[in-house]
Amino acid sequence: MGVVLVFMVIVAAFAGWWLSRQGLAAKPWLEVGVIGEAVEPSSPATAKLGLGTFLVVASSLFALLVSAYSMRMGMADWRALPMPTVLWFSTGLLVLASIALHMAVIAARCDEPGHLRSSLLAAGVCSLAFLSTQALAWRELAAAGYFTAANPASAFFYLVTAIHGAHLLGGLVALGRTGARAFAAPREISPKAMGGLTLSVELCATYWHFLLLVWLVLFSLLMRWTDDLIEICRGLLSA
Amino acid sequence: MVDVTHGAAGPLSAAEVEDVELYHPKSWITKYVFSQDAKIIAIQYSTVALSIGLVALVLSWLMRLQLGFPGTFSFIDPERYYQFITMHGMIMVIYLLTALFLGGFGNYLIPLMLGARDMVFPYVNMLSFWIYLLAVLVLVAGFFLPGGPTGAGWTLYPPQSILANTPGQQRGIVVMLVSLILFIIGFTMGGLNYVVTVLQGRTRGMTLMRMPLTVWGIFTATVMALLAFPALFVGAVMMLLDRLIGTSFFMPAIVAMGEQLAYKGGSPILFQHLFWFFGHPEVYIVALPAFGIVSDLISTHARKNIFGYRMMVWALVAIGALSFVVWAHHMYVSGMHPAFGFFFATTTLIIAIPTAIKVYNWVLTLWRGDIHFTVPMLFALGFIVTFVNGGLTGLFLGNVVVDVPLSDTMFVVAHFHMVMGVAPILVVFGAIYHWYPKVTGRMLDDTLGKLHFWVTFLGAYLIFFPMHYIGLMGVPRRYHEIGGMAFVPSSVVTLNEFITIVALVVGAAQLAFLFNLVWSVRHGRPAGGNPWRATTLEWQTPQTPPAHGNWGKTLPVVYRWAYDYSVPGAAEDFLPQNQPPLPRAA
Repeated sequence: MGVVLVFMVIVAAFAGWWLSRQGLAAKPWLEVGVIGEAVEPSSPATAKLGLGTFLVVASSLFALLVSAYSMRMGMADWRALPMPTVLWFSTGLLVLASIALHMAVIAARCDEPGHLRSSLLAAGVCSLAFLSTQALAWRELAAAGYFTAANPASAFFYLVTAIHGAHLLGGLVALGRTGARAFAAPREISPKAMGGLTLSVELCATYWHFLLLVWLVLFSLLMRWTDDLIEICRGLLSA
Repeated sequence: MVDVTHGAAGPLSAAEVEDVELYHPKSWITKYVFSQDAKIIAIQYSTVALSIGLVALVLSWLMRLQLGFPGTFSFIDPERYYQFITMHGMIMVIYLLTALFLGGFGNYLIPLMLGARDMVFPYVNMLSFWIYLLAVLVLVAGFFLPGGPTGAGWTLYPPQSILANTPGQQRGIVVMLVSLILFIIGFTMGGLNYVVTVLQGRTRGMTLMRMPLTVWGIFTATVMALLAFPALFVGAVMMLLDRLIGTSFFMPAIVAMGEQLAYKGGSPILFQHLFWFFGHPEVYIVALPAFGIVSDLISTHARKNIFGYRMMVWALVAIGALSFVVWAHHMYVSGMHPAFGFFFATTTLIIAIPTAIKVYNWVLTLWRGDIHFTVPMLFALGFIVTFVNGGLTGLFLGNVVVDVPLSDTMFVVAHFHMVMGVAPILVVFGAIYHWYPKVTGRMLDDTLGKLHFWVTFLGAYLIFFPMHYIGLMGVPRRYHEIGGMAFVPSSVVTLNEFITIVALVVGAAQLAFLFNLVWSVRHGRPAGGNPWRATTLEWQTPQTPPAHGNWGKTLPVVYRWAYDYSVPGAAEDFLPQNQPPLPRAA
């Protein structure tokens, strides 16, 4: 459970930093009057905060999965899995999707609906291709006789990739709706509608960058690059 | 009241906010069924939670009948007994308390107390309730499936939870896990709303340090729940895979009924870690909203400002943070390294410090207060006593050497029922008596309320105090029948009969409460807008019950904290949060 504890420490540190800026040492019983300026309720800030909070929840989920995975790896009967090479390809596709969405954000901010549409399309195609290559990796492992039940390592592989893929699928729903709006938008799009669209694209991009980051962590774990690191941590904990 | 800070001293014109982004229901269905109004969602959450809680109450009756009069009721065989235990625990902890505190009180009180019109994501909020309802229905479906609901105990420990011969192994465990997964998805949707609304939806002047402690409690608990529930989610998904497609996440190589099963190499302890990483924060997810609500009840009904508001906030945050590093104190007997036991015992005992600060501050708030023994106040006082009681036995169980002999005895059952069963439910009752007038516009009947309080409060002690002694004698929990064990004296049998009879009476008293809830909707005394003469914003709404959008044309502006009771020089003994500063005496 070391990984999830580290994650919790990071969350706690961030929460502590944030709380320290919120005037928790104020003496509200002495202060009468209006404190602060009227803040216009802003929907972009709310939406970004909502997504940010969700990403913390999702990170907690993945940190727990990684924790469980590394705990299981520590047991005597752990047999590693030969990783399908197609995973390299899928990683590349996810990187491309992330880049495409970054381009989409830039296009949206620069008011270029044409570029925006093509970037969104590219991101969608790359993401779907990523999911297909993941499915390919599943089939490859199954064909090699490593279906879920045969080996704890493969059970974890299927679980981790499935949960990551499910998150991406959820993201694709949002991306699909954003894309539909971008393609339905008239040539002379109003600034307000463009603002809403830009916000949606930004939210999608943040989510994709997050999923890419999570995948890179999972990928390095699955490829066993982090074995030494885990070993060192385990040594530290049991010392 | 000496200082006027940051900005205008005089009254400000209220901020007018245009009414564009509010969702407006167009038909009866969208107004009362698929409603996006947090207040309606709160009532929906509360109704479902109390209804399913009633099922759990009946299950506890059945368990007590078996324990008090073993053999008398032939339909309570060992399998059914285990199913009753499991469903009683799971329903009470998750589907009643968590849902009611966060989904019920959270939805009703957060927007109103913060001066917001609604939650920030109303549509997601609505989905949250409907997924919760689905989770409850899936859970209840377990009773009607062949084999019945799971009887694995509320902790669902593998391997026994998915082995043949555990009751409900065929279907019951599957619907239980699916229901939990649904609950967590639904809760996450609601939880995002509560957190973001607290951060973004506050009205002008409502700084974090001016929020009522109720909101602080619900907010902290929600943050904890958002971080802790994923552990249960992961555990449930993995166990579901073990059960359905034969993976071995938690299932070791095992011989059952003389047969070698196909499972190989899973780790049951891994599940315990995941479960308790959720399970311990869960205790505080239930307790922190109760802490917050009790602070507000005591301050309002003792007509005194809360003692040590800042400390109360810090203590809430500290308890929330600490509760993530104590989970393994539920696992002292799982064979863990003794050094870990020492670590977790230490962190567990450290939690007593912020908790004790809160108890002292409640008592000091009462000190020389103008205490009104209203029904909500009685329940709040009952909570303090009960929580201290349950907390003290927690100190025993938090120590490894004391816990090991007491583990799996009725002492543990008595402890956790006092601290996270009776104590929070007393707050639930107090809060319902307190806010019912705002929700319906009518008061609950006072005489019935007092009857309800005294029977519940005294009854709870009559039930759980003897249970501590039974546990100290070594009587194990989870046994269908203790039978003729040599170390169990006949007094235990008599005590068990006594506890059962009291439990039946206390359960019946809850029916009086339900009657009161239903009867008072039409026949209760009209309450007016602010019957308790309270300061917080929810009592200052233009209409009671608050209309859609809560505040009419303009949002309230907050000029002061939530606890200006009995301020010297003020005309009334309370100053609402939206009341502009008093003219200064020359």
